[in-house]
Amino acid sequence: MSEIPKSWSGYLRPDGRKGIRNLVLVVYTVECAKHVSHAIAGGEDDTHVIGFPGCYDNAYAIRLMLALARHPNVGAVLAVGLGCEYTQPEKIAETVRASGRPAEWFFIQQSGGTRSSVAKGKEIVARLREQIHRETPRVPMTLADLTVGCECGGSDGSSGLAGNPAVGAFFDLLVDAGGRAVFEETVEMIGLRGIMQTRAASPEAKQQLAAAYDKAERYCRSVRQWSVSPGNFAGGLTTIEEKSLGAFSKSGTRPIQGVIRVAESPGGPGLWILDSVPDEHFMQFGYTNPNDTEGLMDLISAGSQIVLFVTGRGSVIGSPVAPLIKITGNSATYRAMEEDMDFDAGRVLAGTMTLAQAGEELAGLVARVAAGEPSKPERLGHREYFIMYKHQETPALDAGCRA
Amino acid sequence: MKPRAFQIQPQDNVATLIEDAAPGAIEVIGAARAEFLATEKIERGHKVALRDLGANEAVVKFGVRIGHTTRPIGRGAWVHLHNLASDLDDRSSTLDLHTGAPTDTRSAYV
Repeated sequence: MSEIPKSWSGYLRPDGRKGIRNLVLVVYTVECAKHVSHAIAGGEDDTHVIGFPGCYDNAYAIRLMLALARHPNVGAVLAVGLGCEYTQPEKIAETVRASGRPAEWFFIQQSGGTRSSVAKGKEIVARLREQIHRETPRVPMTLADLTVGCECGGSDGSSGLAGNPAVGAFFDLLVDAGGRAVFEETVEMIGLRGIMQTRAASPEAKQQLAAAYDKAERYCRSVRQWSVSPGNFAGGLTTIEEKSLGAFSKSGTRPIQGVIRVAESPGGPGLWILDSVPDEHFMQFGYTNPNDTEGLMDLISAGSQIVLFVTGRGSVIGSPVAPLIKITGNSATYRAMEEDMDFDAGRVLAGTMTLAQAGEELAGLVARVAAGEPSKPERLGHREYFIMYKHQETPALDAGCRA
Repeated sequence: MKPRAFQIQPQDNVATLIEDAAPGAIEVIGAARAEFLATEKIERGHKVALRDLGANEAVVKFGVRIGHTTRPIGRGAWVHLHNLASDLDDRSSTLDLHTGAPTDTRSAYV
């Protein structure tokens, strides 16, 4: 195993946060602008794409896109619209510029067709890239400057035994080093109300945890959809309570500081829960996390410079904006999908390493990726994203803060 | 080598198989060390009962109740959707025992 970097060089943003990548982000505001946006970013390692498919806009999706556009790993933004949708690329560019980042926008309908719009976009991206390469100050970073998010997906019997506990051991190290750790999926904490309460760092946190739990349980009852999938059952998990316990073990053992909502960043160091469950409103709840990628978007919107994904059965997703590190507790999965899997926590089950050693080795991997080493999904070019209609009340920001 | 099953907490009444098991001897590791007989085939990742369980008894893993038995389960038997149900999720008991695939939306595939 190579040495764990204690410190590395990052990118200082005007809001004081530090990034581990210096990206140009292309943001499209309707499905109709998707092809042009991907063509603009095509072939560029440091140019990523996100976007929202709907023509009718959604406050939640706008907040999420703005949190990604002002993410510490993003240096500059190009917003691309078709020209008749509700979501306004000009407002996106304006808001990003107010954060101190260069940002531009255009409508395809005012720029000719596909080819002329792609050429225009590529010219803008080249200019933005040159500007952030020239102007972004470099700054030393340590684990204390990192926010790391984690979720799990494609879980099997190994995820709760090794994969998630290995992340828990790393999260304890990260929190003790002064960093921020964020985990989510309150619909995968069903059955654990009492256990969550005992982990609260304060009476306020305890109240936030109870409210988030109760909403998640009402949601599951209301839509009769519990967060377990056919693959989970085939892998040996039988009940949501069982899956919850395994999922919750990614939180480690440190106190939970509070609950943040999508597009909020943790209000201070320590361990935080991200509530991505929709709030009840006139259309009822809608859907929560329809797939793994949607959950990763939420964690990145909390300012996570790196996201961790625990998968027992294996997965081939990645993420834009923040590199994804894929962890499995199942050594057979690791061997079968080694080109996609970054970390084999199944060694804990085989008895060749302790959980504490797994946490330390994972900390080393996180630090190397933070220092610039590409994670496996990053190297493979995986940049899946998913932003959809959802309703969450405008956050009161009593726990977190807006990017 | 005998297939191994991992018991997380001493009070657990199920353990998780780390390797596929055929009927025969298995070794329990983790919170307890024991050796006993699996009475049927149990795949890796699935659970084995560590003692005889009656109907409607709590199933305990991680030291926490993960649901209740829907029929008596003998020591060494496979514990899954056919004999363990969530206290909350009433849909999971309708899923296919082996693939986990839903059976209640089959009529939509027309």
